[in-house]
This record gives sequence, structure tokens and C-alpha cells, in this order.
Amino acid sequence: MVYCSPWLTEQSFFKEDFTPAHADKFLFNLAPGIAMFVALITGAAIPWGGTLHLFGTDYALQIADLNIGILYISGVVSIGVYGIMLGGWASNNKFALLGAIRASSQMISYEIGMGIAIIAIVMMSGSLSLDEIVRQQAGFHWNIFYQPIGFLIFITCAFAECNRTPFDLPECEQELVGGYHTEYSSMKLGFFMFSEYVNMFISSALMASLYFGGYNMPFIDQLGLPQNVLTLLGTAFLFAKIFFFIFFFMWIRWTIPRFRYDQLMHLGWKVLMPLAIVNMLLTGGAILLKNGL
Amino acid sequence: MEILFYLLAIVAIASALGVVLSKNPVYSVLSLICTFFAIAAQYILLNAQFLAAVHIIVYAGAIMVLFLFVIMLLNLNILVETQRFTTARLTAAFTGGLLCLVLIAALRSAGDIKAANPANAKIGLIENLGMTLFNQYLLPFEVSSLLFLAAMVGAVVLAKKEIA
Repeated sequence: MVYCSPWLTEQSFFKEDFTPAHADKFLFNLAPGIAMFVALITGAAIPWGGTLHLFGTDYALQIADLNIGILYISGVVSIGVYGIMLGGWASNNKFALLGAIRASSQMISYEIGMGIAIIAIVMMSGSLSLDEIVRQQAGFHWNIFYQPIGFLIFITCAFAECNRTPFDLPECEQELVGGYHTEYSSMKLGFFMFSEYVNMFISSALMASLYFGGYNMPFIDQLGLPQNVLTLLGTAFLFAKIFFFIFFFMWIRWTIPRFRYDQLMHLGWKVLMPLAIVNMLLTGGAILLKNGL
Repeated sequence: MEILFYLLAIVAIASALGVVLSKNPVYSVLSLICTFFAIAAQYILLNAQFLAAVHIIVYAGAIMVLFLFVIMLLNLNILVETQRFTTARLTAAFTGGLLCLVLIAALRSAGDIKAANPANAKIGLIENLGMTLFNQYLLPFEVSSLLFLAAMVGAVVLAKKEIA
């Protein structure tokens, strides 16, 4: 994407909002809203910290500790494609449509590898609740040490799901003008941009929570600090991890050139998916061995 | 809760009607997605969170994306006139009516059916569901997974280009 600086997104409040004459007006207006909405609701299941004890009540720093947190997130990820697809189709522009079609097939393909990579984590922790998974990583038992291959698969799929370079083919400017948001202007374009950045933030938070201990930091509980300070410090650590991953997203963006579309599909289906299945089988074998068969 | 149930039921029926009545196939697909969400919400009201999540992931997240994908790829938004298939329409209306009859006959006495295990309201939660599936219903579960595998292999074989 060429012009995706957040500064420009802020500016776009003031720009002319143009709707093409042959666009499907309703869906054209709805699509950026869907993209933004879906990007934002993922955060509800992520544990942003431990519990704060204020005025005699405990407040968990998580909006909803869902029993099925991981499934909720994969559900939201799987419907995330609608904003892009509908936006591209409703624009009634062949470049936008091509971008939308690319986006949908790419996101469907990489969801599979991502899902199977997460299954290995679920097998290890025995829980689908994100808070439980984070709590089990207390101390220095971060999942990254047990699931290095899984993490590699997850981060690759996260790049593809967020449509970030090297997988930003849905908005490949040399081939498709602007991809799915070619016809969008003003704040509607801003919503697409924002939702991409929110998705990046959320996938960084997920990577931190699933593989890097979330709000846990080694040895922090030995400092003898009060509970509330520990919780706030934990949240700060989580955000430090998230910022590192966002930096990593940017870093990759300026380092690795874009894939070709057939390479993208080859990587998703013929490399990442078998690798994820092998990783899952290895995890299952290791769990069986540990439990003495 | 009762109001929520009726509200969701109305949404489900209205969007199901939208699937059939809308002229544009893309709007049909979107209405069907609305129906799926309403049904998933009903599952949540029944405390079957796992079923709700899987319903969304599989139907709204995968199958409907493929539907939309095909409609966009074939550019089906041009109205296809179905006037000439009057026999097909008649047959469809007749079979639909028959199905409706069967459903009404089957569900007429649904009010008398007692829940199988009313003491356990947590049966829909994932732990209980997993235990039931992998203990009591292990064989049907594995057989159906074999069926899925066969379907997958079949799809790959059909899609594969002929070699030599």
C-alpha cells in the first residue's frame, strides 16, 4: 500500500467523499464499516492484564473471558474477509473486484494453517480460554520454546491475514491500481486503512498472548510488589511485546518484496498446511510420551 | 431471554425470506449469512457456545465466502431470467410444499418433547461435548471424519489436471 500512513488517515476526514455512479451504494457504504467492526471486536477476548483490586472489587483486565476464546477469535478472523470482498465487489471496478477475489482466496487459504498451528497450542494447554493459556505460561514457560514451528506458521499466516507485505497482493499497486479500495476515498478509505492497522495490532497481541506469555514476565513475581502494580506492569509488558511485533511487521514490510500470486498459494497450501499438520502430530506425540503413553 | 428468542427468530425468518426474495444473488448470500448469525445466537441462548462458534466458522466464515467468491467470479449479479423453466418452478414449489407438510407433521407435537438431559445445562460447553463425542459416540465420530476425508480426496482428484 502506498499511502497508508496514519497521518493521512486522520486527514481523510476532511477529504471529499466520492461514490462511483455504478457502485452498489448500500454495500459500498456498508463494507468499510464491516471491516472496521470485525477488526475491533477481536480485542474482547484478549486478556490485556491480570486482575486489578480496586475499592474492594476485583477487575479482570479482559472484556470477556470466553470459554471458547480461541474459537471466537478464529470465527471473527474467518468473517473478516467480508468487508474487503463486499467493498471490492460493490465498487463495480474490475481492479477492485480482482483485489477482492485475491483477498478472499488468500485469507481462506491461510486461515487453515493458522488454525492448525493454534490447535497445537490448545492441545498443550488443554483449554480454549485465552486467559487460561496466558496464565499457564507464567514464569518463563512461554509457548515459543515448545512451539517454535507453530509460531513460525502463525506469524506467516498473520501477515497473510492482515494483507501485509510480502502478502499484500489484494492491494498490489503495480498490478491493480489500489486493489479492493481503488474506488474508495475519504473516511471510507480511512476505515479500510484503520482496520488493517487494527488487525495488525490484534494479531501482534495474539502472538504475544499465545506464544510469548502475554502479560507474564519472568521473575517479576519475586520482586514482592503489590498486586495492582504487578498487574499494571504486566499490561505494560504485554504492550511492549505488542509494539515489538508491530515493529516486526514494519521491518518485514521494508525488507522483503512481494510474492507472486502462485507462490503465495503454493506457500499456503503446500508448505504451511502440511508443516502445521506435522507440527500438530509431533505435539500430540510429545504429549503422549510425557504422559507415559 | 424470551424476548431475545423471539427477536432472533424474527431476524432469522426475515433474512431467510430475503435469501429467496432478493433479486441480486449477492444480497441473497448476505441474507443467508444474517440467518446463520441469528441461528448461532440461538445456540448461545441454549448455552451451546461451541456449536455457535463452529457454526459461524464453518458456515459464515468458509462456505458463504466460497459462495460469494463464485458469484463474484462468474459475475452473476446480472439478473438471470428464470421465466422459461416453468416446469422446474412448479416441481420446486410442489416439493417445497411437501417438505413443509412433513416438517409441520413432525413438529406439531414438539411441545410435548422433553429435553433428554435437563439436569445438565452445561452439556453444550466444550468439555462436556468433547467427553460425550470421544467416549459415547467415538465410532460415529471417527466414521464421519473418514467420510470427510474421502470427500476431500475426491474433490482434489476431480480438480486435478489430467497427467499425460
